[in-house]
Formats: sequence, C-alpha cells, structure tokens
Amino acid sequence: MKKITIALLILCLTPFGVSAGESGMPLDRAPVDITDNASLKRGAESFVNYCLTCHGASYMRYNRHRDIGFTNEEILNKLVFTGQKVGDLMQSAMRKKEGEEWFGVVPPDLSVIARARGADWLYTYLRAFYRDDATHTGWNNLVFDRVAMPHVLYQLQGEQKLIVKVSDKGEQKGLAIAKPGQLSAAEYDKFVGDLVNYLVYLGEPHANARKELGIEVMIFLLGMLVLSYALKKEYWKDIH
Amino acid sequence: MSNLFNSMIAWIDKRFPLTSNWKAHLSEYYAPKNFNFWYFFGSLALLVLVNQLLTGIFLTMNYKPDASQAFASVEYIMRDVDYGWLIRYMHSTGASMFFVVVYLHMFRGMMYGSYRKPRELLWLIGMVIFFVLMSLAFTGYILPWGQMSYWGAQVIVSMFGAIPSIGEILQQWLLGDFTLSDAALNRFFAYHVVTLPLVLLVLVFVHILALHETGSNNPDGIEIKENKNPATGIPVDGIPFHPYYTVKDIVGVVVFLIVFCGIIFFAPEMGGYFLEYNNFIPANTLQTPDHIAPVWYFTPYYSMLRAVTVNFLGVDAKLWGVILMAGSVVIFCFLPWLDRSPVKSIRYKGPYFKVALALFVVSFFVLGWLGTKSPTPLYTLLAQIFTVIYFAFFILMPWYSKIDKTKPEPKRLKE
Repeated sequence: MKKITIALLILCLTPFGVSAGESGMPLDRAPVDITDNASLKRGAESFVNYCLTCHGASYMRYNRHRDIGFTNEEILNKLVFTGQKVGDLMQSAMRKKEGEEWFGVVPPDLSVIARARGADWLYTYLRAFYRDDATHTGWNNLVFDRVAMPHVLYQLQGEQKLIVKVSDKGEQKGLAIAKPGQLSAAEYDKFVGDLVNYLVYLGEPHANARKELGIEVMIFLLGMLVLSYALKKEYWKDIH
Repeated sequence: MSNLFNSMIAWIDKRFPLTSNWKAHLSEYYAPKNFNFWYFFGSLALLVLVNQLLTGIFLTMNYKPDASQAFASVEYIMRDVDYGWLIRYMHSTGASMFFVVVYLHMFRGMMYGSYRKPRELLWLIGMVIFFVLMSLAFTGYILPWGQMSYWGAQVIVSMFGAIPSIGEILQQWLLGDFTLSDAALNRFFAYHVVTLPLVLLVLVFVHILALHETGSNNPDGIEIKENKNPATGIPVDGIPFHPYYTVKDIVGVVVFLIVFCGIIFFAPEMGGYFLEYNNFIPANTLQTPDHIAPVWYFTPYYSMLRAVTVNFLGVDAKLWGVILMAGSVVIFCFLPWLDRSPVKSIRYKGPYFKVALALFVVSFFVLGWLGTKSPTPLYTLLAQIFTVIYFAFFILMPWYSKIDKTKPEPKRLKE
C-alpha cells in the first residue's frame, strides 16, 4: 500500500514530460536575466527603435519602464517617439491595414510574444535570417520558413547565406555571413540577447515582484507548517 | 464575557439551529480515526473551490467578455490592476489544482471502495460535481480568448455536431451563432460565472450532507457505525471531526498551500501545462494552430476521442470518439454496481484488483501524455491499446472483483 502511495506521488510530481522544439532546428539558449536592468534598458531602446514601428506592444504602458530604472523624463526622451503621453500604451506607429498590405499579415503584437514563443526561439529566430531570392521579401528564416517579416536588423548583423551540407545523416542547414554588418557576430548576439531579455520582461513585467513576494509567502507558510503541525500533535496526543 | 457569549448563543439557538448543526457536522460528527494522506483531498477541494470563487469575483470586475476585448482585458489584469497578476495566477493555478485534488479524491474512493453501499448516492453526487467541474473548466478556458481557448472550444463544440440528426442544430443552439464567436463567448461567460458556480455550490453542499448521513469510509473500508459504545452510542473507532480533523486538515492545507504558492509564484505556467504557450496568442479565427491540445486535465479523454480512426458498426469514427470520450467519464458512475468484491478496501482485496487498478492508473497517465502530443501512427496505436485497458478496468470488474482472493476484513480499525 505504502509503495503504491509513493509511486503515485512520484508520478504526480514528475514534470509531465519534456517539450521538444517544434521546428527541426535546435534552438540556441537565450541569455535571459530579467533582474539585469542595464540589459533591459538597452533592450527597451532597441525595441522602440527597431520593432515598435510595425509591431505594437499595446498591453504595456510606457511608464511601466520605471520598474527597470528609467525616469519619466528618460522614458519620454528615449522611448516615446510618437508624441504619446508617458502613461499611454505602446501602440505601433503603423496602421493595421498598411501592415496587411505591405506584409500580407498584420505584424503581431509583441506584448506577450516571449510567453507564446519562448525566449530561446526568439533568440534563435532573430539570428537566423538569410538571403533568399525566392521569397516575397528577399529574406527567409531557418526557424520560421517563409516568414513575412524582412530582416529588419540586417544593417547590424549583415547578410547571411544558407549553407546546406548533405551527409549520410541527411541534409544539415547552416548559415554563414556573406556581407558583414555594423556589428561583429558577438556584438550582434549581445544586441539580440538584450532585446530578447527585454521581450521576456515585456511578457510579464511583474515577474520579479512575483518571485520576491513568493519567497516571503514561502517563509510565512513554512512557519505556519511548524505551528500547525505542533497544534495537530498536541490535539492528537490522546488518540494515539 | 463568557456569560454574554452563552446568552448570545442561546438567543440564536432559539431562532436558528446553530449549536445543533455545529454538533451534528463538526464537534459530534464522528469520523474514523485512521484517515491517512488520501483523506486530505476532500477538504482541499473545498479550499480550492473557495479560492476559485473569491479570485473569480475580482477577475470578473476587470474582465471583458467581448471577443475584441477579452484578450486585452486579461493582459490589463496582469499588468495594470493592482495585484491582478496574483489574482489571475491564483485562479488559473486553482483550476488545474482543482483537478489535481479531485482526481486524487476520486482515486482515494476507488482504492478504499468509498463508492460501495451505503455510499452509492454520495459517489453519484460526486460524479455530477465532476461533470460540472469539467464544464466550468471548459467555459473558463474560453474566456481569455487565446488561440487554444478558441480552437480547443472549437474541438469540443464540434463534438456536439457529431451527434446524428440533431447535432448541427444543437451546436448552433449552444453557440448562439453558426460559428464560435462573440455570442458564444458571452454565453460561456454567463455559464462560467453564474450558472455553473451556483450549481456547483449546491451540489457540494448536498455532497457533504450525504457524507454526513452515511459517515466517512476509511482506509480499512469497514463501517465504524457497526461497532458503537452501548453506553454513549458513539462509534468506538470514531473521533469528533472537530477538533481532531480540523487541526489535522490545517496541516494538510498548509502543505497544499506550499505547493500551490510554489506554482503561483515560481512557475505559474507550469511548463505550459497550466497555462499553454499558444494561449498567449490572441484567438485567430482564420489560422488553425498546427497542434491543438487541451489543458492537461482533459488530455486522457482527448486521447480517447482521437483513438477511433475507422468507422465500424455503421457508426462514424468521429461519433465513436465522442461516445468513447463521454463513456470514459460516465462509466465511473457505475462503479458501485460493477464492484462485486466482498470487501471494500484495497487493503483486503486480492491481486486481481490491485493489478487492474495499477493498469488503470498507468493507462490514465499514458492517455494523458498522449493527449498532449500530435498523433502519429504509433501514438494512435498506443492510445487505442490504453483506451481498451481503461475500459477493461470497468467492464471486467464484475468478473475479476468476484473471483479475486480477498483477505478477511478486521472487526476494528487497525491502528
């Protein structure tokens, strides 16, 4: 009987299997640390410069960025380019209809994109664009085949080309820089790392507060456990 | 002071049966003294119910049941409402944990034969609670209006469409439209926040009333009421629920809260099992996701829905899937009459029952795991095999429980 109980408990506590990446491409690990405010601030500035033109983050308010160390003034100077107020939502500068005309799809809102796609996917994706003349935009992507978005960051990364190696294991796809950009490979990785780190923060701005409160709650509950167990022992003395 | 208190109680007692109910249901409700780990989950289910009701009220204050605003309003709660993220995670984690505790609660009943005479009705009321809980989970999951909300609901609603002749009309009647749309979101919201919680509360009340009529079963599966102290009329192996089980349940509550809060504060998505990643993408009626999977607590049934791949006996494969899926839940209701064993508890049952129950648990987990995966020929075959095992547990029970070698039950509870 005990054995069944223990076996079931183990079954219940085991994480329900490990999720595998959906595209065949293995994902690189994103350097995520949402307590690193310097990285988040760099990521935020890159985000408003490169992403917010077409993508909205329309569930997020500009003044939430005070949480990562910006002042209201800095927010207005560094993040708001569209004449909005500091308490406004981060709307895209582009109209939905234009997006549909230009790209065939409305660029998705990025507020919770890191929660939908995962940081590693985003980190790999933003580094996996390559030139492909067969597509509408002239760009393709290793983790998102025939993606509608062109490589917005190509001036930074440069242009990559696809390299296909055929071995007895089958086709292996890789990328190589064909035309260098403004940043070195390491600098570009860091740039994308900061941007993805920011996207993770953007997905759940309260994540740090959540964990901090969680530790306090856990300490309280452990104290409660000692007290409640002592109470139970005291009452049950006369039963056993 | 105590005089004032006593006279107040006396005043109330003349007008409302306060003391008599307190005695009947708590201080003089005698429960077997050998409850173990598995007996925490009933009171824990009650705790989660209260959690869902309270957090649900606060969510309702800011949620907008409107197809064009629902997704944004959930993110508004997560970001702009003070502690909205906490309330929302308490509710979303509570939904999954409700199923965790209810599954364990039901499994306890299966192990110790709690569904057997005289508790058949108690078991049946519990099963109705389970159906209502599933409906609550389904209607609640639609509300954030993400991709999985939408397409998961699409799968479930299309099951009604598979019913011959009336299916299509029934489906339209349920949706209030020809497709899943704003009209459906509104009515599912109404079911989720008014109709179903009311029904659930009444049923839980009735469940507890029925329990207190028959008295609790216990890990030995023998009736403590059959052995009463002739002088007092109190079961010799019974102890008052209050204070003994109230203080014991508090320990269970604290341990549960440690797990519960651990998830809320440190892993609210639970690796995509409590909050699915695809549900962070707003519902898109034009884009079917590559892979539709329900939340984990529905995956065993989802596997069975997909397990039938061929038409047979003149019935469509899809309809067979729906029949199997509905049957896999409804069949629990027949347990009191399927079990022919002379003893109730697994402690005195023979090897056949133990093996059957173990196989059942394995098949439940395997089917649950398969339900999260995209079907492949191998997975479909596995789903078919384990569906057969799942049903065999019930259908063969009258036979194997009868011929099983049982041990004699003791007269008194074992210490």
